[in-house]
Amino acid sequence: MTTKLFGEPIPRREDERLVLGQGRYLDDLGRQAVAAAFVRSPHAHARIRDIDVSRALDVEGLIAIYTWEDLPGLVAEPLPLLIPHPALTHGRTAYPLAKEIVRHVGEPIVMVVATDRYVAEDVCGLIDVDYEFLKPVVGLEEAAQGVHLVHEDVPGNLGAHLVQEVPARDGRSVAEALESAPHVLEFRLDIERSASMPLEGRGVYARWDADDRSLRVYSSTQTSTSVRMALAAKLGLPLPQVEVIAPDVGGGFGVKIVHPWPEEILVPWAAITLGREVKWAEDRREHFISSAHERGQVQHIKVGFDEQGRVLALDVDILHDHGAYTPYGIIVPIITATQLLGPYKIGAYRVVFSSIYTNTVQVTPYRGAGRPQGVFAMERTMDRIAAHLGLDRTDVRAANFIGPDEFPYDQGLIFQDGRPLIYDSGDYPESLRMLKELIGWDDFPAMKQAAAEEGRRIGIGVGCYVEGTGVGPYEGGHVQITSDGRVHVSTGLTSQGQGHETVFAQIAATELGVPFEKVSVVTGDTRRFGYAVGTFASRAAVMSGNAIALACRRVREKALKIAADALEADPRDLEITDGVVHVVGAPAAGIPLATVAVLSNPLRYAFDEEAQRATQFAGTADPDKAPLEDEPGLEGKDYYSPIRSTFASGMHAAIVETDPDTAEIRILRYAVVHDCGRLINPMIVEGQIHGGVAQGVGGALYEKMAYDEHGQLLNASFMDFLMPYVTEVPHIETAHLETPSPLNPLGIKGAGEAGVIPVSSVIAGAIEDAEGIPIMRMPISPSDLYDLRRATD
Amino acid sequence: MKPPPFDYHAPTSIEQALAVLAEVGAHGKVLAGGQSLIPLLNMRLAAPDHLVDINRVAGLDAVEAEPGGVRVGALARHAAVERSAAVRSAQPLIGQALRLVAHPVIRNRGTVVGSLVHADPSAELPAVLALLGGSVRLARVDTERDVAAEDFFVGPLESATEPGELAVSAFFPALGRRTGTAFVEVARRHGDFAMAGVAALVGLDDEGAVMSARVACISVGPAPVVVDVSAQAPDWKAAARAVQDRIEPEGDIHATADYRRHLTGVLAERALTQAAADA
Ligand SMILES: Cc1cc2nc3c(=O)[nH]c(=O)nc-3n(C[C@H](O)[C@H](O)[C@H](O)COP(=O)(O)OP(=O)(O)OC[C@H]3O[C@@H](n4cnc5c(N)ncnc54)[C@H](O)[C@@H]3O)c2cc1C
Repeated sequence: MTTKLFGEPIPRREDERLVLGQGRYLDDLGRQAVAAAFVRSPHAHARIRDIDVSRALDVEGLIAIYTWEDLPGLVAEPLPLLIPHPALTHGRTAYPLAKEIVRHVGEPIVMVVATDRYVAEDVCGLIDVDYEFLKPVVGLEEAAQGVHLVHEDVPGNLGAHLVQEVPARDGRSVAEALESAPHVLEFRLDIERSASMPLEGRGVYARWDADDRSLRVYSSTQTSTSVRMALAAKLGLPLPQVEVIAPDVGGGFGVKIVHPWPEEILVPWAAITLGREVKWAEDRREHFISSAHERGQVQHIKVGFDEQGRVLALDVDILHDHGAYTPYGIIVPIITATQLLGPYKIGAYRVVFSSIYTNTVQVTPYRGAGRPQGVFAMERTMDRIAAHLGLDRTDVRAANFIGPDEFPYDQGLIFQDGRPLIYDSGDYPESLRMLKELIGWDDFPAMKQAAAEEGRRIGIGVGCYVEGTGVGPYEGGHVQITSDGRVHVSTGLTSQGQGHETVFAQIAATELGVPFEKVSVVTGDTRRFGYAVGTFASRAAVMSGNAIALACRRVREKALKIAADALEADPRDLEITDGVVHVVGAPAAGIPLATVAVLSNPLRYAFDEEAQRATQFAGTADPDKAPLEDEPGLEGKDYYSPIRSTFASGMHAAIVETDPDTAEIRILRYAVVHDCGRLINPMIVEGQIHGGVAQGVGGALYEKMAYDEHGQLLNASFMDFLMPYVTEVPHIETAHLETPSPLNPLGIKGAGEAGVIPVSSVIAGAIEDAEGIPIMRMPISPSDLYDLRRATD
Repeated sequence: MKPPPFDYHAPTSIEQALAVLAEVGAHGKVLAGGQSLIPLLNMRLAAPDHLVDINRVAGLDAVEAEPGGVRVGALARHAAVERSAAVRSAQPLIGQALRLVAHPVIRNRGTVVGSLVHADPSAELPAVLALLGGSVRLARVDTERDVAAEDFFVGPLESATEPGELAVSAFFPALGRRTGTAFVEVARRHGDFAMAGVAALVGLDDEGAVMSARVACISVGPAPVVVDVSAQAPDWKAAARAVQDRIEPEGDIHATADYRRHLTGVLAERALTQAAADA
């Protein structure tokens, strides 16, 4: 590697485009397309008696109205259950348009297509749906009692029930270990709902080419390859006739990995049926009530521990709110149950979850994907143990850490990728040491004392997590060097602003020895790369990064071989610097990759001067050999498929101040120590952490989904769903530790979700420290804190 | 989130505007800064048949010192009023309140008069007008009337403005001699409508003793709640209790009624202390 770009804080090359408003998002495309809009249920639970469209038919500009009865074949079938699991005995998914029953406010019932979105919404307002009201099932614990049902054929509203138990090393069960533990604590924790809430909602734009019988779909998705396969299957089209492209995507955070969304099938189907380009761009209210939420859980915890605070037994019972449907299976509660263990080796562990249906928006992964809840459980437990024993909270954590010499460490569970939960590497004691230094942990008691003397209340909190990243099964990369010397990299997974164009170019430039500027990167376009899984689970850098590196190595090998022939040298003596192949130590007498690209493709026709060198009378080839030994072109493709996930880790600490009179809560300092293996681009990793922490602050202090007892979402707008502004997000201090992953060639781990994971537990701990009141429920508002103070007075 | 159909009018003079408003009557709505009206239209919570856009009407954006106070025209934006030297010297409470209204981009478009007509019980400016005893000037074809603040704020999102009327300006009385003001509030996030907020006005006599003390509270009743606490002065704790007895807060998803009452007490004490120190 001569051109060292890997590890450098290169500015993001996508920013100029995105920051100057030159991004091309879904709604920037297809200006000539006609528009779709949807009649969505205003009721949480109802039977549809009748749909009367007669008042709507005269509206000028109306093109079509569709209900479930109009849908053909597979389009009329329920949406797929994407990730089946044996424990999900009662998985249920919605129909693209409601058939008979609606199960949450916002469920689509009628699709309207009109000349523009204004007219389409006018038409929606004139369609009369006659409902018979059914009892809405709202509230996790009420739903779990099963008095009223969300799905008639799902008793107890219980979609899934999973019990996992890992006995202690000495073979004792949780019950036995609890029995003999010197100390036992039991408590309940609550976490409310939040949501991914990307600034750009979902959106689909479809073009049917009737002459070519091909379909092109643009979707604001986290997985264009899988949308493509789903569409081909649903619409009965040959796969090669369907292409799906993710344009610039204005944030995903998990909600756009779900697919195919109803609109993702209906809009292309309408485009084919009508022979017109059709587009639908989700608006904010639709996003609140018709996409997905996450996080809502009630946890019951029983923990047994010794005098040092070492956990001997942990018994966790989780009620998980799954909303009305389970299209993404039970990935979220599985992650909670497995990642709860964090950096700790504990005695016996038993975790049970029940996934419960309610008449609310469905639950699918949102950045962190079940981990914030698991970490909340574990870190609150650590703080409770410390409080009980009168020990320092960091000492209790340290007493439970897996040691740096204990990797690979098998937690004895099955992770979300169906593989054993084995941590590959990490150094938790060092992370904690760095964090304590960064935040000034040991000096804090004096600081707190000084503040108290001024009548101020401050507190400190800490939280640790381990994050399984880079889940399989695979990603691929394709790299082509063309005769102009440019390097074209493509991978199938999509981008939502993470900086893939920059980091993948850094990897390719480093591997190939070419200038960064020569490399361009395309993601999420099935015309360029057809095989992929998608962007989620902090996997893009690990999966596509390694695949691209491997593809580059193939191209490099091929380039060296061709160049060796031309230079009459041994390929082992060659290297590539600044895009020129040359003998080591003799950069002047080299041959540019552009020329190697020309030579790699024997030609009959010279279309330009450079191409003449590869034609059959140019005299460059050996007349005794076939002109083509390998595939033509200086290109290569490869895949990376890990045996299992790689485990990143981190620790956060915060200092908060609470106002003794108004109960306002302010974050004074926020510190992060983060270990995602080798850093490709530290600036991008820090950006990911900042964004994650901002979302975590939202989950800790501001965001909730306020459902009333009728299943109406009372805060379905940015006026009342409080995402933090920049004014609410503290300055974030970061330090990096680099423990390479032994599992992949680049030694990297994922970083996309890290920032968000421990924030609620850290802030809860800090408020608890400031107030001396146990904080067992998040998020917490000044009004909540005021209530807690009065309850403890 | 697209507005229902409406007829759009863009008058360029007050006469034209009043003529259109007379014609469309209860079927029309005035569009000023649009920061409250446009979201209502997009969510289809308001569906006027006619929209009368006054942004091209000449002569409505004046901010002028008048004897005894300052007059703010219907097209004066929050940001312009915030920066106006005339306003600053006549009545500092206006600027103290405007700093708490939303964010700069919204203040660049939103109007002071629009905020008064909109009569949101959580808005700062209605409390300022009510505390100072100002008035709003309402015009219709051929006539004009001044409505005192106490009669202007009728209920939540309801002012005394009638169909066919245009609010052309508002009058804010100037600060008296040895008088201090303050506006304090607590919002969930910076720039949000407050969970509770208190504007205070404290006047001293020549010896420095409190002569008069009044507060106006937001988000704790159907309209700004003005409470005279001169009797309690300068015991601001007692004054805060008197204020708490007068308000009628309601709970919502952001704060309980109890918390709003508590918070209003804390803020009343803080506002009165600040205003007295400022006098
Ligand atoms: C994100 C956000 C945050 C905000 N936060 C705050 C806040 O913290 N505090 C606060 O006080 N406000 C806040 N606002 C509202 C803002 O101050 C608005 O500017 C104000 O409420 C209305 O002014 P406008 O000129 O935009 O009126 P418009 O939206 O144009 O009109 C509002 C209403 O008043 C009527 N109207 C307006 N002008 C006249 C007139 N001259 N004659 C007759 N009728 C008229 C309209 O018909 C309409 O019914 C916020 C707004 C937003 C979008």
